[in-house]
Amino acid sequence: MADLDSPPQSKTRDLDKLLLRAGNLVGPDFYPGAELRDDIRDYVRILVVGAGGLGCELLKDLALSGFRNLDVIDMDRIEVTNLNRQFLFRLEDVGKPKAEVAAKRVMERVSGVEIVPHFSRIEDKELDFYNDFNIIALGLDSIEARRYINGVACGFLEYDEDDTPRRETIKPMVDGGTEGFKGHARVIVPGVTPCFECTIWLFPPQVKFPLCTLAETPRNAAHCIEYAHLIKWHEVHGGKSFDPDEPEHMKWVYDEAIKRAELFGIPGCGEKHNTAIASTNAIISAACALETLKIVSGCSKTLANYLTYNGGEGLHTKVTEFERDQDCLVCGPGILIELDTSITLQKFIDMLEEHPKLLLSKASVKHGKDSLYMQAPPVLEEMHRPNLSKPLYDLMGRVQKDTVHVFGTALKNEEKHSSLTKLRVVFKGADGVTDMDTAIGA
Amino acid sequence: MEKDEQEPTMSEPTKTKYDRQLRIWGEVGQAALENASICLLNCGPTGSEALKNLVLGGIGSITVVDGSKVEIGDLGNNFMVDKKSVGESKAKTVCAFLQELNDAVRANFVEENPDSLILTDPSFFSQFTLVIATQLVEDSMVKLDRICREANVMLVFARSYGLTGLVRISVKEHTIIDSKPDHFLDDLRLNNPWPELKRFVETIDLKTPDPIAYKHIPYVVILVKMADEWAKTHSSNLPSTREEKREFKDLVKSKMVSMDEDNYKEAVEATFKVFAPRGISKEIQEIIDDRYAEVGSNSSAFWVMVAALKEFVSNEGDGEAPLEGSMPDMTSSTEHYINLQKIYHTKAEDDCLSMEQRVKDILAKVGRDPSSISKQTIKSFCKNARKLKVCRYRMIEDEFSNPSVTELQKCLASQDYSSAIGFYILLRAVDRFAATYNKFPGQFDGGDIEEDASRLRTIAPSVINEMGCDGYELPEELCNEMCRFGAAELHVVAAFIGGIASQEVIKLITKQFVPMLGTFVFNGIDHNSQSLTL
Repeated sequence: MADLDSPPQSKTRDLDKLLLRAGNLVGPDFYPGAELRDDIRDYVRILVVGAGGLGCELLKDLALSGFRNLDVIDMDRIEVTNLNRQFLFRLEDVGKPKAEVAAKRVMERVSGVEIVPHFSRIEDKELDFYNDFNIIALGLDSIEARRYINGVACGFLEYDEDDTPRRETIKPMVDGGTEGFKGHARVIVPGVTPCFECTIWLFPPQVKFPLCTLAETPRNAAHCIEYAHLIKWHEVHGGKSFDPDEPEHMKWVYDEAIKRAELFGIPGCGEKHNTAIASTNAIISAACALETLKIVSGCSKTLANYLTYNGGEGLHTKVTEFERDQDCLVCGPGILIELDTSITLQKFIDMLEEHPKLLLSKASVKHGKDSLYMQAPPVLEEMHRPNLSKPLYDLMGRVQKDTVHVFGTALKNEEKHSSLTKLRVVFKGADGVTDMDTAIGA
Repeated sequence: MEKDEQEPTMSEPTKTKYDRQLRIWGEVGQAALENASICLLNCGPTGSEALKNLVLGGIGSITVVDGSKVEIGDLGNNFMVDKKSVGESKAKTVCAFLQELNDAVRANFVEENPDSLILTDPSFFSQFTLVIATQLVEDSMVKLDRICREANVMLVFARSYGLTGLVRISVKEHTIIDSKPDHFLDDLRLNNPWPELKRFVETIDLKTPDPIAYKHIPYVVILVKMADEWAKTHSSNLPSTREEKREFKDLVKSKMVSMDEDNYKEAVEATFKVFAPRGISKEIQEIIDDRYAEVGSNSSAFWVMVAALKEFVSNEGDGEAPLEGSMPDMTSSTEHYINLQKIYHTKAEDDCLSMEQRVKDILAKVGRDPSSISKQTIKSFCKNARKLKVCRYRMIEDEFSNPSVTELQKCLASQDYSSAIGFYILLRAVDRFAATYNKFPGQFDGGDIEEDASRLRTIAPSVINEMGCDGYELPEELCNEMCRFGAAELHVVAAFIGGIASQEVIKLITKQFVPMLGTFVFNGIDHNSQSLTL
């Protein structure tokens, strides 16, 4: 229906309608106009983590949503079993790095987009690498990987004196997951919405269970209490009342739920694992990319904050607004550690191993941009070793309190895994000020 | 009449490529996909993305119908066109890309406007298994629906419009044997054991003094025995009130002698299976009472088997469907477990043989070849007898002219449904606007969006009145947003809608899992999408 005599059509003919026009149900900071569209194109950088089923779709979706500067990171090579859904790959690509082929293919088809591939593990990138992006979009298939990126993104978050998150340090993530006909898409705005860790009780650690199925657990206390009653909480726990805010209690409810599901004797339950089809990935990625566009531009309200999707029995989508855990170790202001100004870095590192909420061994310590101590590689370890005998207070520039990041091996449920945690360090005796919160200190 | 399903053969490389999806729908489902031919109307991103997912999954053949040429604006929303293709046929371009995705698919295109094709050549559609109709306006939807219903071709509508859109299946009837529900109770019949099971249970002494033997009695035996004891002292009834259930559960628990008796723990956990109601579910009852279960010579295999099921349930089934036959894992001695397995397996087989005979007799009675429904099909039917599903869809014009009053009232009264019903109405209103003004509201810049918005508000009541909800007022912000959208086909929304459409197509073709009912109305603003069954 376009008029042939009118000026040349905009390539972003459809997107323009959302970005250039004022709207009613929009985000708080929406300034429609060509400038917005052009800024998104020229300056916004998005990182796509994973170049598999979700990643391929995400790259396409973002490239066709006005984003021009994309990076993609994936450590895997293409396999034949990927080809039923990872549409950027062909038979002759088998064996090549996913990130590289994905980037190349999208750039071939969408002119103007720049995609930098990273054929590496997410842990091998410097923290600063992640800080360069406006939004991180996750197309991952493991809890651990999500936890890692979540830790990194939330690590950038800083709080004001009155515990309000500082806007410019907020790094939003959109996270998608799929299995068979089920999927989820969520928006994580550190400090504002729950981060991955805040809702970690959604995912029982030991059991390999489809991630998205579990998100049906209601988030309000009344429902949880009723559920716990259903499985006779009281019979097992005597007089103790059920507390949905207690992770131990929620974990118990979860374990019971899983046992019950297994007892159901669902035929073929095992076969459902590791199932993947193009359509679910397409749906979930599209939801994630749409949210990315909305967060960046404000062109519409955003998802608040967790979408579950099930297409096996009819079609069901549901939005749940989960709430933050104010004491979250990852996106909260940080575990408070009160120290004496005389404590050495070595003593501090030793303390981390004993701290009940951390149990962190072989810790590396970073203060802002400065590494105070690194366990590895050997050359850097040696370089930082003299710091161990110095007072932490001095190393941190003699400020009364500040944020420190510690990275090491944490022991959780008898399993070791890499852990990055934020700590709020407050020095007692500096300016004679003591902190109100309880803490484990020297 | 249904053709017999044969075991398909697949070459090795194909098999590994589809590995992750074969685990979902199996070789039989895959074969159905590979034998299907799909027609797509309009290959903007909505249609293209829907087809992409199907092509990747190994669909047999696709025919893309679109009369337009690739424009510069398409480069910003359609992955299947590129700079080189500007000016070329969009159908041809999209087809070529899809072919690249899977060289096993047979890809064709027809360079014609779908709206005209619907008017000039309705018989064109009869050749297809299914038609995916994207971005059609009201009028074309109604016409195509009539054509496909007449020709018995499955139809899926999909539409993207700014941040909203819809998906709607239109098929007269879709019956499902292999519905594969997520959670379904196993068929242990602890609440209704048959003679052989009872006899076996009697041979086992719960009070055995041997502690090893004690903790290796499978919970099936424990519960059947204890339920029987209970019934003897409760006028042949099973625990039904809350107190009785608790009492029964405590009774089971009291039999635990030491903490390591997993079998008793399992028994306690499984007591709810004893309380489950006997016989067939309300849903299955509705199916066997359906008028289609009164079969004639033209009845489908499904209904013939349902007729057999009806007879079975009233006779040798004694109120129950054929036994499913499988047993979940449980703590037990190997000997007990194997013996139990045999008992379940044997009854399932016997029930299946009965069903087979009934099916043959019914077929003969209606003048059909008694062996025209294979043993394999009947076996699958028996295994899934408790999970059967029947989906029926109203014709679009019926829904438009006569929507369900109860459903409408529910939607209008609920906050949750307000944007869904609003967009549903608006999607029809914009089509009427286009019919009058030859463009969609807000479609072109430079035009007066405000004016379009007020025109749209004047047109909407005609839809509202037709639906019988006079007095309903469309929220102004929704109306304005609709004009803002200006019929934009955003890639991400198209990918979402297309994704859903493709998944419904897969369910319809494989005849596994359960397709959606009603019209899915997408809400990309807050993702509060809803299905409206009008």
